[in-house]
Amino acid sequence: MAKTALQFRHNGSDVAIFVDGGTNLLVALRELIGDMTPKFGCGQGGCGTCSVLIDGELHLSCLTLAETVAGRSVETLDSLKQGPNLHPLQRAFAENFAAQCGYCTPGMLMAAKALLDRNPSPSHAEVVEAISGNICRCTGYEPIINAILAASGGRASA
Amino acid sequence: MLELRKDIFADERDDNLKEIGKGTQRQDMLGHVTGTSSYFNDHKLQGMLHLKVVRSTHSHARIRRIDTADAERSAGVRRIIRGADVPRNLNTLLSLINFGKDDEPSLAVDKVRYKGEPILAIVADSEREAFEAIAKVRIDYEPLPAVFDVEDALKAGAPVVNDTYPKNAFIYHDVYDHQKLRFGDADAALATADHVLEQRYQMSPIEHAPTETNGSIAAPDTNGRYVVYTSTQALFFSVDTCAKILDVPSNTFHFIGGTVGGGFGGKVDTLTEPLCILGAMLTGRPVRYVFGREEEMQYGPPRGAERIYIKDGVMRDGRVVARKVRAYFDSGAYTRLSSYAAVKCAAHLPGPYTIPNVYGDVYCVFTNRTPATAMRGFGVTAMDFAIECQMDKLANLVGMDPMEFRILNAYRDGDMKAHRREAKNTALVECVQVAAEKAKWPIRDEFKRASSRKDGGGNRAAIPRTPADTLARTTAPAQQRTTYDRLPTAALREPPREPPPSAPPPPQPPRPASPAHGAGRFSSVFGTRRR
Amino acid sequence: MTVTVKTFTSSSEAAAALSSDRNARYLGGGTLVMRALNEGDISLSTVVRANDQALTRIDSSGPRITLGAGVTFARILGERDLAFLHAPARSIGGPAVRNMGTVGGNLFAPNPYGDFTVALLALDATVALQGGFGSRDIPIEEFLQSRDRQAGTLVLSVSCTRPTSAEAFRYRKIARIKPKGGSVITLAAHLPISGGRIAGARIALGSMAPTQIRARAAERALEGRALDAATAAAAASAAAEGTSPSDNALGSAWYRREIVGVHLRRLLLGQE
Repeated sequence: MAKTALQFRHNGSDVAIFVDGGTNLLVALRELIGDMTPKFGCGQGGCGTCSVLIDGELHLSCLTLAETVAGRSVETLDSLKQGPNLHPLQRAFAENFAAQCGYCTPGMLMAAKALLDRNPSPSHAEVVEAISGNICRCTGYEPIINAILAASGGRASA
Repeated sequence: MLELRKDIFADERDDNLKEIGKGTQRQDMLGHVTGTSSYFNDHKLQGMLHLKVVRSTHSHARIRRIDTADAERSAGVRRIIRGADVPRNLNTLLSLINFGKDDEPSLAVDKVRYKGEPILAIVADSEREAFEAIAKVRIDYEPLPAVFDVEDALKAGAPVVNDTYPKNAFIYHDVYDHQKLRFGDADAALATADHVLEQRYQMSPIEHAPTETNGSIAAPDTNGRYVVYTSTQALFFSVDTCAKILDVPSNTFHFIGGTVGGGFGGKVDTLTEPLCILGAMLTGRPVRYVFGREEEMQYGPPRGAERIYIKDGVMRDGRVVARKVRAYFDSGAYTRLSSYAAVKCAAHLPGPYTIPNVYGDVYCVFTNRTPATAMRGFGVTAMDFAIECQMDKLANLVGMDPMEFRILNAYRDGDMKAHRREAKNTALVECVQVAAEKAKWPIRDEFKRASSRKDGGGNRAAIPRTPADTLARTTAPAQQRTTYDRLPTAALREPPREPPPSAPPPPQPPRPASPAHGAGRFSSVFGTRRR
Repeated sequence: MTVTVKTFTSSSEAAAALSSDRNARYLGGGTLVMRALNEGDISLSTVVRANDQALTRIDSSGPRITLGAGVTFARILGERDLAFLHAPARSIGGPAVRNMGTVGGNLFAPNPYGDFTVALLALDATVALQGGFGSRDIPIEEFLQSRDRQAGTLVLSVSCTRPTSAEAFRYRKIARIKPKGGSVITLAAHLPISGGRIAGARIALGSMAPTQIRARAAERALEGRALDAATAAAAASAAAEGTSPSDNALGSAWYRREIVGVHLRRLLLGQE
C-alpha cells in the first residue's frame, strides 16, 4: 500500500508520519502518533468526540483527511494540561461533575476551548451553541455548560 | 439538586454520614478530563488485524450457499470465519444462570432470522480491506416469510422465527408460554365496577446510542491466554459467555474493561468479544472488532418494543378495583434478555397502586426484528408509561384530579402487593405530594394529609380469593376511546355503564401468617430457585 | 484497490481527474467523502483535491454575490455582507461542521442534510461547473434534478442575486433537537415585492423529496398577491403539492406532508 509522508505540528511538537491513502486525522493521531485523547464515536460528524483544533479552529478529526493538515498545527486534549496542572477548563469540568462516562469529554473540552479562545466570557446561549455539535449520551449537558461558564469566570446557573 | 425531605422521612437516614448526601469527585474524573481514561479502543497492538462481519440482507431467509472464493483471495484477508469455526455456535446469555435455552448462533449457519444477523467474520490487515472482501462474498438466500408484529407472531400458522421456540414465545419453566399474575378475581370486579376502561399502548424499540460503539480487542498473550480489551458493561458475564462459546475454561481470558463510553444496557450482550477472540485464536494476531456507527444504530440491540393492553375497573369514588393487563415484549429474533424483562414486568404489576384484583399475562415474543436487550429499567419503563397514561384517563373518567387520584390509589406500608409481598418503605403518596407542591398544583387538604404510613395494611394486607384459570384463551380487546382521544367524526363514545346498586367489597379472607403464601410459584424468577 | 488521494493545484486538473475515474470523488470539507470512507463505502477509491485559491473566494461586494465551492459556512458567518445567508449557514451542524462543510459540498448532501442548498434554490442561484468538457453555468434547479449524474463534474462556485431587503428572504429549518439537529423539513422563501405585490415568488423545500425542490403550487398561490393571511393560507394549503418526502428516523413522510404547510404559513407571516 502506497504511503504518503506527512509532517505537522502536534500539540506544539513537530511530527512526521506515513499515512495510507484515505487515512483520517483521527486514525493518524491515535494509531500512528499514539495520542489516544480524541475518540471515535460515529465517523460521520454527528457526535463531536473526535474534535481537535486545527490552526486554532475546531474540526472533526474523523472527517479530516490526514494529509490536509500538512504543515498545520493540530491540538488535542493532550495539549490542555499546563505542566502538571490542569487547564482551568479541565478543573472546572472536574469540579462541576461535567463528565460521567468520560467519552464525550475530550471533544467537549476542545469545543469549549475553541469558544473561550475567541470569546473569553460567553453567555449561556453561546456556550450551548458552542457545544451543539457534541453529544453527551449520559445527558450531562447542564453540568458541562456550567463548567464552561465557571471556567470563563461566568456564573454557573444552579 | 438532591433534596432529602426529613420532614417526611425523619428516620430514613442518619444526619451524620460523611459521604452520602455530599458532593464527591468521581474517582475516574481526572482521567476523563485529561483524556487518559483508558477505553477498550485506546490500545494499539503490534500487528493488529481488523474484523468485520458480513450481515444478512434479509429479515428471514434460508442460506442456500455461501461463496467466499473471491473474498478469500481479496487483498489483505487473513481469515474468513464461518459458523462451523465457532466451537459452540449456539448460546443464550442467561444460560449462565440456567435460564432459557441456547437459541442464538454467533454466526448464522442455515438460516438468518433478522436483517443484519452476522453470517461470516472477515479478519483483514485493515478495515478497508475487510470491507472490500465483504463486497466479494456471495450469499444465496431463499427468502422466507417474516413476522414483525408480536400479536401476529403468536397466531396459529405464523412463520417460526426461532426454531428453539417454535410457537414464537419464550417458554418459562419448560411449560408456560407467558408470565402469569393472578391476584383476586379481576373479571368479577370488572363486572361490578362503575366504569371500565380498556386501552392499547405501544412503544417502539429504543436504541441506547452510546457515544462509544460496541467493540473489543483480543490478543494472544505469552502464556497461552488471551488478553481482551472490551467495552462490555458486564465484564464477568462476558468472560463466561466467551468461555462457553469458545469452549475453553474462563481463565483462558484476561478481560480488561470497566471504563465504558456509555452503555445504558446496550453493552451487556457480548456482541463482539467471542468473534474477536476467535479471530485472535485463528490468526495468532491481535484482532480488533468495533462497530461502526451505522452498525451500532441498526444492529446493536435496542430496548425492545412493547405492546400493552390494560383493562381497568374504577368506582365513581375513584378506587381502582380491578386491573387486567396483557403485555407483549418484542424480543426480536433471539432471547438475549427479554425473557427476564417479562418477568420484571409481571413482578411490577399493577404499578405502585393497591388494587384488590389484578390479572396479568406477559409474553416474551420472537419476531424477525433486531434482538432486543436491557435498557434502564427494562420490563417496567413502557409498562409504567402505559399505567400512568391509564391513570390519567381513569381520573378524567371519574372526574378526579389526577394527583389526588394517584394518592387515593397509592400503595401504603403494610398493603399486600399483587405478587404477594407486603409493601414496605412505600413513598408514592409523598412523591405525588411533593411533585404537586413543586409544580404549584393545588391538591385538597385531605390529600396533603395522606401518608404512606397511615391507613395501609389491615384489610389491604389480605390475599384475596383467587380463582384458577379456565383454559379459554383471551381474545384481543378492542381499543376504547376516552376523552383524551380525538373523537372520530362518526363514532360516539360508549355511554357510561349503569352503576351496580352497590359495589360489594371484595372477599377478604384472613391474612395468612406468612406473606410468602403462594409466593413460591409466582416469585421464583429462574425456575429452579425457591425463596 | 485501496484509496488513492490525488491533489492538484488547479481546479481544471482536478476536474479532469474527477471525470476520468468513476470511483473518484472530490473532497470538499470532508463531511461527505470522509464519512463515506469511514462507513466502508468501497465504491470510492480515489479522492481528488484541489488547492486552487479561486475555490475559496467570496465576492460579495455587488448586487450579485459569488461563493467559491470551497467556502465554509463559518466563513459565510464571518462576512457581514452575507447577512442574508447567515440563518441557513448557522443552521448547519455544530461549529466544527461549519468550519469544515462547504457551499459546494452542501449541493451534494443527501437528506436530512443540504439545508444551505435550500436557501440557494429559493434564491435562483447559478452553479458554475467544470467538467472534462470545459466549464459552464447551470441553474441550481437543473443541477439538483441531475445531481446523480454530476459525480464526474467539479462545482467551482455558486452565485445568486442579493435579495432587495431582509424581509424578502426567509429561511427556517425544523429540527427535533435544539439548537441543532438533522432537518425534519427545511424551508426558504424569496418574496420580492413590487408595488405591494409579490413578483417572482420562490419557495424551496428540503427533506420533502429526494433532492431539494421548489414548491411551485405554493409559489403560484403567492404570485401577484399581497402577502396577507389569506395569501399565506392559500400557499400553505398548496405546500405539499408535488412533494415526495420519505420516512426516516427524524419523521415520517406523512408527518412531513402534514407540517410543511403549517411551517410555510408561519414563515410567510413571520410567526414563530
